[in-house]
Amino acid sequence: MRLNRLLSVFILMLGVCCHIAQSNAQTVDDAKLRPLVQALAGDNFEDTTKAISDLVKTGDPRVSKILDALSAGDLYVAKADKTVFFGKRDGSDYAATDPLTGTKLDPVSRSAAEKIKVNNRLRRDIAAAIGGLTLMSDNITERRSAAEAILKTRDPESIPLLDQAIAVEKDTGVKALMQQAKAAAVLSSDAADDVKIAAITEVSAGNSRDALSLLTPLENVQGPVGEAAKAAIDSINTKLAFWNAIQNVVYGLSLGSVLLLAAIGLAITFGVMGVINMAHGEMVMIGAYTTFVVQQIIRTSAPGMFDYSLLIALPAAFLVSGGIGVVIERGIIRFLYGRPLETLLATWGISLVLQQAIRSWFGASNVQVGNPSWMAGSFDLGLLTLTWSRLWIIVFSLSVFAIVQLVLKKTMLGLRMRAVTQNRRMASSMGIRTPWVDALTFGLGSGIAGIAGVALSQIDNVSPNLGQGYIIDSFMVVVFGGVGNLWGTLVGAMSLGIANKFLEPFAGAVLGKIVVLVLIIMFIQKRPRGLFALKGRAIEA
Amino acid sequence: MFNLPARFIGTLAAAAMGASLAMSPASAADDTIKVGILHSLSGTMAISETTLKDTMLFLIDEQNKKGGVLGKKLEAVVVDPASDWPLFAEKARQLIEQDKVAAVFGCWTSSSRKSVLPVFEELNSMLFYPVQYEGEESSRNVFYTGAAPNQQAIPAVDYLAKEEGVERWVLAGTDYVYPQTTNKILKAYLNAKGVKDEDIMINYTPFGQSDWQTIVSDIKKFGSTGKKTAVVSTINGDANVPFYKELANQGIKAEDIPVVAFSVGEEELAGLDTKPLVGHLAAWNYFQSVDADANAEFIKEWHAYTKNDKRVTNDPMEATYIGFNMWVKAVEAAGTTDSNAVIDSIVGTSVPNLSGGYATMMPNHHITKPVLIGEVQDDGQFDIVYQTPGLVVGDEWSDYLPGSKDLISDWRKPMSCGNFNIVSGKCGGVTN
Repeated sequence: MRLNRLLSVFILMLGVCCHIAQSNAQTVDDAKLRPLVQALAGDNFEDTTKAISDLVKTGDPRVSKILDALSAGDLYVAKADKTVFFGKRDGSDYAATDPLTGTKLDPVSRSAAEKIKVNNRLRRDIAAAIGGLTLMSDNITERRSAAEAILKTRDPESIPLLDQAIAVEKDTGVKALMQQAKAAAVLSSDAADDVKIAAITEVSAGNSRDALSLLTPLENVQGPVGEAAKAAIDSINTKLAFWNAIQNVVYGLSLGSVLLLAAIGLAITFGVMGVINMAHGEMVMIGAYTTFVVQQIIRTSAPGMFDYSLLIALPAAFLVSGGIGVVIERGIIRFLYGRPLETLLATWGISLVLQQAIRSWFGASNVQVGNPSWMAGSFDLGLLTLTWSRLWIIVFSLSVFAIVQLVLKKTMLGLRMRAVTQNRRMASSMGIRTPWVDALTFGLGSGIAGIAGVALSQIDNVSPNLGQGYIIDSFMVVVFGGVGNLWGTLVGAMSLGIANKFLEPFAGAVLGKIVVLVLIIMFIQKRPRGLFALKGRAIEA
Repeated sequence: MFNLPARFIGTLAAAAMGASLAMSPASAADDTIKVGILHSLSGTMAISETTLKDTMLFLIDEQNKKGGVLGKKLEAVVVDPASDWPLFAEKARQLIEQDKVAAVFGCWTSSSRKSVLPVFEELNSMLFYPVQYEGEESSRNVFYTGAAPNQQAIPAVDYLAKEEGVERWVLAGTDYVYPQTTNKILKAYLNAKGVKDEDIMINYTPFGQSDWQTIVSDIKKFGSTGKKTAVVSTINGDANVPFYKELANQGIKAEDIPVVAFSVGEEELAGLDTKPLVGHLAAWNYFQSVDADANAEFIKEWHAYTKNDKRVTNDPMEATYIGFNMWVKAVEAAGTTDSNAVIDSIVGTSVPNLSGGYATMMPNHHITKPVLIGEVQDDGQFDIVYQTPGLVVGDEWSDYLPGSKDLISDWRKPMSCGNFNIVSGKCGGVTN
C-alpha cells in the first residue's frame, strides 16, 4: 500500500519533470486527452490515482485546472454515458461544461450524475501534482501554494525542479519558501552528510513546527547529521517553551474576554441591581439567535452585505434582548424585589420558558451563523497562532467594557442608576422615577448580554442551550471580582481565564476547571465580597 | 428562509398532541397496541433526541397506514424525560406500569440507559436502544440497534492506518463513560497492533467545552514529529461545533491531521459552515448520502411526513427504523405482544436496513451492520469513501479489554445468559 503510494507520487513527479524538461507546456490532442480524463471516473481510488498520473504525464496546461476541479469536488460523471464534466449545482440540475474545451453542455439532472469521489490521500497527491505543474506559473499565489505542497510531500524527486524554480524566482518570500521545500526534500533524500547539515540549518531557520516534524525522525541517525539535528531540535524546543508561556497568556486573555463579555451584563443586573438573574444566559442566547435572523435576512435579500452582518446584528441584538429584559423586569421581577429566593426561582423559570420557546420556534438543532471573512482564519505571530475571531473578541469585549463604564459614570442615566442602587428612597424623593430606572437598568444589562451573544455566536454553537454554558461562569466571575464593581468583573474574568489556561496543559481541561473552582471557593471563604469589595452603605442595605 | 409562523404553529400543535397522548391513557381503545417513546424533548439532549421522537411517530404512522400490527392500530405514548437521568427511570416505569406499553423505544446517553435498565428488567418489558455505545453490557430486556465499538471505532482506526498511513493517534473525548470505554478499547487495540504509548495522546474535556485553543494547539504540536497523525474524536454533542471551528481557524486541514468522529453526523453538522472541514471523517453504519433505493424512499417519505425537505436523516434514525421493524416482525411471528414471547422470537429476525442490505438480531441482542467511513463535504453531507466488505456483528464484550475478553452473551434458551465466561464455563463470571 505504502509502496504503491510512494510509487504513484514518484510517477507524478516524474511526469512533472519530463513536462518541465520540455520547457514549454505542450497542448495535447483532445482525442488523446479525453480518454485520460474519462479514466478519472474509475471504480476505486487506485484507478483514479493512476488516471491522475497519466494526465500529469501529458503535461497539457489544462490538466492543472481539471485536477483542481477534481480536488474541489466539481468534477462529475454522467451515470448513463460516463462522460466526465465540470458541474455546478443549479436547482435540481448540474450546469455542465466540458472539461477540455470549456464549451457549455446540456444541463444534467442531479440524479443522473455522480460526483467523482476523492479522499484525503488523493487530495494530497493532487496538491503535489499541481504543485509540480505550477511551480513555474506566472501567478505568485499559485507558485506559493506549489512550494507549500512540495514542502508537505518532501519528495526528493522534486529537487531539480525546485532548483530551476529558485533560480528564476523574484519574490523573496516565495523564494524562501522554495528553499525551505528544497531543504526538506534534501533531508528526505540520501544526499551527502554536509549537504544535509546545510539543509538542517536552512530548515531550522524557517517555521519551527515544520522544522520539528522534519528533524525529529533524523534525531536518532548516527553521525554528524544526527548530532546537528539534535542540536537544532534542542534550540527549537527552548524557543517553543518560551512561546508556550506567551501562548498561555494570550489564550488566557482570550478566554477571559469571553468570560468578561458573558459576565458584564450580569455585573449590571446582579452586581448593580442585586437581582439574581438566572435568565441571563438566555439573553445571551437570544442575542445569538438575533444574529442568525439578521444573517438569514441578509443572505436572502442582500448577500453582498454579509461582511457587515455582525455590525447590523449588534444594535438589533441589543434592542431585542434589552426589550425582553425590560418586559421581564416590568412583568415579573419588580414584584419580587427584596425576595432573592423567589427572584431566583422566577428567573430560572423564565430561562426555561425562553429556551423552550426558541426550541419550538427554530428547532432543537444548532443553527448556522457564518463568520464574516474578516473574522475567519488565523495569522502567525512568532510561533503563536492567533485566530482573527478570538482577537476581535478581545478587542470587542474591552470596548464593551469601556462603553458600559462610560454610560455608568458619565451619563444622566448612569448617574440615576447609581443613585437608585445606592439609596433608593433618597433618589425617589429627589424626583427620580425609580421604577423606570430599574426597568432601564435591567434592560441595559440584558441588552449587553444580547450583544455578547453576537460575539459568542462566532465561536460557539448557536442552540437553545447556548446560555446554560455561560451562566455559571458569569456568576463565578461577578462574585469573584466583587459584586457591584465593574473593574472587579474585568480583573476577575481575565485572571480566571489566564489561570485556566496555565492549568490546562498539565492538569487537563477537566481537572483544570475543578482546580479553578476550588481556588475560587477558598478565595471567597477568605474574602466573601470578592476581589474589589464595595464599601459603604449600599451593601449594608 | 424558513416560514416562522407556520413552523411555530406546527410545533405547538405537535406539542399539544404529544401532551394529550401522554395524558389520556384511559381513553385509549382496547384495539390498539401502545408503543412508548422515551426521548428527551427538553434540556441538553433535546438537540439530538427530538429527531428520534419524530422518527418514531413517522414510523408508527407508516405502519398504521399498512394496517398496523396483528390487525390493531399502533398508538404512540410520548413522554419527556427532560435530559434528566433519574427521570428516565420514572418515566419508563410510568410507561410500562400505567400506560401498559408493549415496548419502549428510547434513550440516547449511556447514563440514561443505565438508569432505566433495572426498571425494564424488573418489569420484564422491552427497550430498543438506537445509539452507538461503549458495549460492555447485555440485557435480556434491551435490544441494542446502534453500533458497538467494533462496529464503528475499530474499523475507522483500521481505515486511517491503512489508507492514510497514520502512525500517531490523538484520542480526544468528552469526559464520560462512552468516550472513556471506547478509548480504553482503542488504546488496547492500537497497542496490540504495535503502536507505542508515546504515539498515543489521550485527552478528555468537560461536557459543552467551548474553549479549544490550547487543545487544538497541543494536537498541532503532537502532530509535528514527522509521523502522520490523526485525531479520533469521541467528543459529544454541542462541544463539536467550537472544536471544528477552532481547527478550521487554526488552519488544520484534513490533509494534514484528519479527524475521525464517532458522534458527529448530519444533524451535528447542521450548525456549521463545513467548507473548512472538507475531508474530515466520520464512521457510522448509515449516512444520508448512502446510494440505495431503500434510503431514497425513506428520505422521500420522511420529507413528506415532516413537510420539510431540508430535514436530514442520520445513523440513530436508521437504528430506530431497524429496531422498530424488527419489533413489528417479531410481534407478528409470535402472534402476541407479550414480552417473553417477543424476546424469544426476535433473535434471528432479519429486516432490510437503509443501505441496501439486511440487519439481523443476534443472540447477544446486538445486530449486524455494515461499517461506513464518510468524508465531510461542503454541503454538510458525507461522501462514503470506504465500506466494510461484509456485515459486522456487534461485539458486546470487547475482545481487547482484560475484564471482558472471555465473556460472551447468548439469550437463546437454554443458555440465556448475558455474561457467560467461556474460560470458567459459568454464567455471571467475570475474568480475574
